[in-house]
Amino acid sequence: MACSSSSSPPTSIKGAAVDNEERPHVLAVDDSLVDRKLIERLLTNSACKVTTAENGQRAMELLGLGDGQHTINNRESINLIITDYWMPGMTGYELLKKIKESSDLKEIPVVIVSSENVPTRIKKCLEEGAQEFMLKPLQQSDVKKLRFHMMKLSKPTKSMPLPKSAHKF
Amino acid sequence: MEMCQMRVQVFEYKQSLFREGTLDAQFTQLQQLQDESNPDFVAEVVSLFFEDSEKILNDLTRALEQKCIDFKKIDAHVHQLKGSSSSVGAQKVKNACITFRNCGEEQNIEGCFTCLQLVKQEYLLVKTKLETLLRMEQQILAAGGAIPMIE
Repeated sequence: MACSSSSSPPTSIKGAAVDNEERPHVLAVDDSLVDRKLIERLLTNSACKVTTAENGQRAMELLGLGDGQHTINNRESINLIITDYWMPGMTGYELLKKIKESSDLKEIPVVIVSSENVPTRIKKCLEEGAQEFMLKPLQQSDVKKLRFHMMKLSKPTKSMPLPKSAHKF
Repeated sequence: MEMCQMRVQVFEYKQSLFREGTLDAQFTQLQQLQDESNPDFVAEVVSLFFEDSEKILNDLTRALEQKCIDFKKIDAHVHQLKGSSSSVGAQKVKNACITFRNCGEEQNIEGCFTCLQLVKQEYLLVKTKLETLLRMEQQILAAGGAIPMIE
């Protein structure tokens, strides 16, 4: 069963092919096939490069935090992580914690998505350092908002190209 | 059949699906994500939804057949189905899942059995209707027309 899909080689994000357009690279983590397909489309429509992972464990491996891996400095490769809150095994919250505990990865903004509007859950995630908490199903407008965040968070010396399909929606 | 007629037929059919609550606005979102570069997007997502749902319904059936029912497992499955049905706009399936979850929380076994039947029923209904709709829309596209959208 395929664990991740991407426009670049799936083995690890570090080995991704050079992208001339410098689109932001988003890692989307969700155990639902349907939701992975949806988020991939929404992000691609907002001129993002997308890698998907079906669970927290796989996401950790792609980020270089898997068992037996040395933490690698690939801060440049991933601009945003979007993760579902509720996943079997490792929840999105647990994944968030692991990312924030990593000196190499803690700067990467993490957005938690959930189908349930639970105030205590939202608070918990925000306190742990989540950039945002969004409700599923995600809309194109939600992703556009995130895209805007990513542009703001990129290095000041690097100017992000405007998304090609800016006026599509 | 003339293109005009085909389009009216599709429009009216789609409208009826929205009116009766089978589909909700999320389905329109899906259709808006389909374009010339992704002409099969809706069909692909819907097909994944069918695959996913059938697996979950089988798992749920098995889970309720166990001597000792694992309500946590059942909740996990129903949550999954609620999520995917919500993502494609299958409103009645989603609502049936919400009811199912309540029964599970109360550990009401009989209620769970009833809910499972209801979810299966709603799923089969939406499956048939979506297959019909997509087939009709495909005919329009194949004839060079554009799919009428419900705003």
